Amino acid sequence: MPYTSEKPGATPDPDELRARIPGWGSDLDPANRPAFPREQPDIVTGAHWDLPEQQPGGASRERSVEHERLTPVFGTAQPLHGVAGRIRRFAYDRYSEGQTAHWMLLILGDRVDAITAHVASLVSKRPDEPFTQSGVTGEVAHHPIASRFGRGRIDLKHSWLDPLLVVGPWVLAAFAVFKLGRAIMLPASKRHR
Amino acid sequence: MKAMTYRGPYKVRVENKPDPKIEHPNDAIVRVELAAICGSDLHLYHGMLPDTRVGHTFGHEFIGRVEQVGSSVQNLSVGDRVMVPFNIFCGSCYFCSRGLFSNCHNVNANATAVGGIYGYSHTAGGYDGGQAELVRVPFADVGPMVIPDGVDPEDALMLTDAFSTGYFGAQLGDITQGDTVVVFGAGPIGLAAAQSSWLMGAGRVIVVDYLDYRLRKAEQMAHAETINFGQVNDIVLELKKQTGGLGADVVIEAVGAEADGHVMQHVTAAKLKMQGGSPVALNWAIDSVRKAGTISVMGAYGPLFSAVKFGDAMNKGLTLRTNQAPVKRQWPRLLEHLAAGHIKPSEMITHRIPLEHIAEGYHIFSSKLDDIIKPVITPTA
Repeated sequence: MPYTSEKPGATPDPDELRARIPGWGSDLDPANRPAFPREQPDIVTGAHWDLPEQQPGGASRERSVEHERLTPVFGTAQPLHGVAGRIRRFAYDRYSEGQTAHWMLLILGDRVDAITAHVASLVSKRPDEPFTQSGVTGEVAHHPIASRFGRGRIDLKHSWLDPLLVVGPWVLAAFAVFKLGRAIMLPASKRHR
Repeated sequence: MKAMTYRGPYKVRVENKPDPKIEHPNDAIVRVELAAICGSDLHLYHGMLPDTRVGHTFGHEFIGRVEQVGSSVQNLSVGDRVMVPFNIFCGSCYFCSRGLFSNCHNVNANATAVGGIYGYSHTAGGYDGGQAELVRVPFADVGPMVIPDGVDPEDALMLTDAFSTGYFGAQLGDITQGDTVVVFGAGPIGLAAAQSSWLMGAGRVIVVDYLDYRLRKAEQMAHAETINFGQVNDIVLELKKQTGGLGADVVIEAVGAEADGHVMQHVTAAKLKMQGGSPVALNWAIDSVRKAGTISVMGAYGPLFSAVKFGDAMNKGLTLRTNQAPVKRQWPRLLEHLAAGHIKPSEMITHRIPLEHIAEGYHIFSSKLDDIIKPVITPTA
């Protein structure tokens, strides 16, 4: 095809677009776009402080090493605790956000958190119910077959892999722990009998 | 109070939790009337975002009534009906004082790269979210806004993130009159971005997805042309053909971390968490925009690296713009559009689910059952 200085194709007719599309072109002028310019000095925010008052109770609160101090306001949703808490604490204390180890340790902490919480729930008043908590009961009355099949959904091509990918690493890790434990606990002479 | 709580990947339940308390003089406690599940909540649900702790309550899209205010709150009163932006921000730091509310440096102790977000893991600050009966709202004088009379509550709810983010995505595209805009993703953000592109003068809007029901919605709600990338051999080539060989002027990426379309990328990123997100949609955006074009990234990604084709972006001279939307800055203009009938954000809502059934809600949304586009949670139903 020839490449000329003109933009290929027909030029859209603004009147046709205006008639067909509600509000077409009403924000053509960037000044009508709410967050323009992107940085707006001296914007009115409603803040009546230069530096917010410090939220109390943060003595043991973890924080990124990239912050020089605890932020004036912080979340208190789920404080660090248990083994997962130690892993997370190490990630925050040792590594900046630029280090992959920081994030991978946090993901490890998440998985340890999920497992230990599940085990702990078994001796609590409300044990986990993995089946209902998965929400799979929502399949009923929400067209599980018609939603998935005969519609060309490309995710079906790999969804059979999902259980393997989710469970597989844990099985491999358990096997590795078993082998390692066996190597440590059993004398070499008994290992290959 | 009753609240949705995370129990591990793909598992949530409703629990009785202690009511939130005023922890800072500028806090408010809001009784939630409506909340939503966002597509980006699914990244948490799937265990993709680091430091998502068991017991966490998700939900960064909610509206409700002010139940209690801290001693320094001046702009809100008990009983006010408010919409709350998904960003938590102080209003006074280097970034907030320039209007970059989503980049506030005073609210997220856990990271400097991410602002504070309700119910979005400790990577985003460790604040419980709004899929609950009550929620703590920090900096009540700068974040929430009283919902104007006559504004439909579901429209207000969609302005707390989904529609505002879509609008922001179109804005970052720097659309000029007659531009061809391609939107990857026909979820709520993509629908809003497509609709907003027209407001900014686009000449063509093409929405790409693989779910036929979402593409039909894009045709109806956003007046867009659509392409099902599952039904073409090569979506980049198809888009090049449709744009005279040059590519689109602007591409808005509204897919993010769990993009489908390339099995290995999906597996390494979405399933094995070896990347900050599947870069399929981002790479398609780089390939299908014209040289010197603009890509606006609204899709959510995690903090790990992703295998992005940056060499192509460099050689093509692209402008990549991205951020979490500074939602509160969008509201005055979007409320004008709402009043003028240019937009109707609640059109994207397809499911209304009581809080007690939220596990089913997450499963339906995650599995894309029942032609779901946007689920709304009703804590008091």
